[in-house]
Amino acid sequence: MKNKIKFIQGNEACVEGALYAGIDFFAGYPITPSTEIMEHLARRLPERGGKFIQMEDEIASMCAIIGASLTGRKSMTATSGPGFSLKQEAIGYACMTEIPCVIANVQRGGPSTGNPTHVSQGDVNQARWGTHGDHSIIALTASNHQDVFAMTVDAFNLAETYRTPVILLLDEAVGHMREKLIVPEEGELEIVDRLRTALGRDVDYHPYLPREDGRLPMSDFGGEHRFNVTGLFHDMWGFPSNNPKVINELLRHLVDKIENNVQAITRYKEHCLDDAEYILVSYGSSARSAIHLAKSRRNRGEKIGVLELQSLWPFPTELVREKCSNAKAVLVVEMNMGQVLAQVKAAVEKPDRVFLANRIDGKLITPSDIKKLLRVIQGRGV
Amino acid sequence: MKRVRIVFSGSGGQGVITAAIILAEAAVIYAGKNAVQSQSYGAAARGGATRSDIIISNNDIHFPGVIQPNVLVCLTQEAYNLYSPIIRPGGTLLTDSRYVKTTRNVDARQTELPMYDTVMEQIGKPIVFNICVLGALIGSTELLRPGALIKAVADRVPKNFLELNTKAFDLGLSLAQDNL
Repeated sequence: MKNKIKFIQGNEACVEGALYAGIDFFAGYPITPSTEIMEHLARRLPERGGKFIQMEDEIASMCAIIGASLTGRKSMTATSGPGFSLKQEAIGYACMTEIPCVIANVQRGGPSTGNPTHVSQGDVNQARWGTHGDHSIIALTASNHQDVFAMTVDAFNLAETYRTPVILLLDEAVGHMREKLIVPEEGELEIVDRLRTALGRDVDYHPYLPREDGRLPMSDFGGEHRFNVTGLFHDMWGFPSNNPKVINELLRHLVDKIENNVQAITRYKEHCLDDAEYILVSYGSSARSAIHLAKSRRNRGEKIGVLELQSLWPFPTELVREKCSNAKAVLVVEMNMGQVLAQVKAAVEKPDRVFLANRIDGKLITPSDIKKLLRVIQGRGV
Repeated sequence: MKRVRIVFSGSGGQGVITAAIILAEAAVIYAGKNAVQSQSYGAAARGGATRSDIIISNNDIHFPGVIQPNVLVCLTQEAYNLYSPIIRPGGTLLTDSRYVKTTRNVDARQTELPMYDTVMEQIGKPIVFNICVLGALIGSTELLRPGALIKAVADRVPKNFLELNTKAFDLGLSLAQDNL
């Protein structure tokens, strides 16, 4: 048991989660504050027969994990700030070709090179819309190391289940902070392995022909079957097509396969939420401050609760509407100019009762930052 | 055990961060407690003021920063000037008497110990200064059992250097105990 208890950085908890989920391949290019993810995988992956490559840049890293995944390997990259921008075109390629992969983005201050060593949550919308064109995507986040581990495992699982890139949206505060992680026993968390085609070598395999349940079994590229893969709209053989029917159906499929499964993808936690009059909606490291405040005010009889979102995309609109329906006011606690705020406002019945508690100066938002705003909203002065 | 909030401060290269990590690690791995450790990142690794925050508790810890430390360790004058005003009333302030001249009257138990000079006299290697500080901290606060700290030190330092580190830890421990 003793070696299952670790005292490590959040970035290392992500590595432990990736190893637990069965990562085979990592390609990356170091950038603060995500570097420890690749640093630790550089040692850990080869130890168990996996492959690690430091590529020439972030674009190549993203392309490398797509290629590796296509050959049947569970693949991941990690980056931050401008590195995440560089990966966007290839993320779109993975969306279009439906190749499972995990992209950890440990957020730092932006835009541009911004504030490399300090915390921010400014990439929420970039995770959703960073690559061009209509598409859908899954983005997960976590506020503590046990959840970083679990969400990393989930990221790999969801990537395989929905054949999509999954963004693991961490942040500098959680990534660099050290705290306890208890590594779950083997079998304790579910691991989803790739759905592979049962077709034999001599049978025609259609890489983009859905089964009755809508899923697309994969065939390891370079293995049993010959097939084409392209970023252009493509037919069931994977060949380029500009047939309007093909384009229409493929684009709808890319969006629907995720948007029709919001409930199954949604991950969240409640803290003191029953009967809460004031609800703090938060995620990542800022949720730690929200929970701190809610628990300490509860001790004084104030009905404050926290809805901690662990999946940001697809946005859990129904969940937020339901949980916030009886709140006197909702505060969205985040370290950006209101990226999740806009989603929460769109979700609830009374958007004028939704407020932003933010901090964008590179410092972790504190419980007293939130408390001050809450007092104003409650009409109690600062 | 109540929640203890600790700030380690000094300058880059003194081993401030390493000491903070070892303390928090000992609390989690060898004392069954919860702990979080965070630090300011930046040019401090190459000199300049550096700070690490630690919270140790039997309960869950959410906000990881320390606003008002119960325990403040200052290893440079700059760190002392900057952080001594934020100490929680009645807290413990540990300083190294070679590097810090205490000038304020803060409401704290002030412990000034010649940790650096003792390490240089008895061991002659400044690299174990931070471990001596840990010993002094444990000696003056009884935050954790010394055995838990030694185990955490052993996990981090190469075998050949364990004896040196243990000696530095014991030096700090007895400096503090003699001072009580």
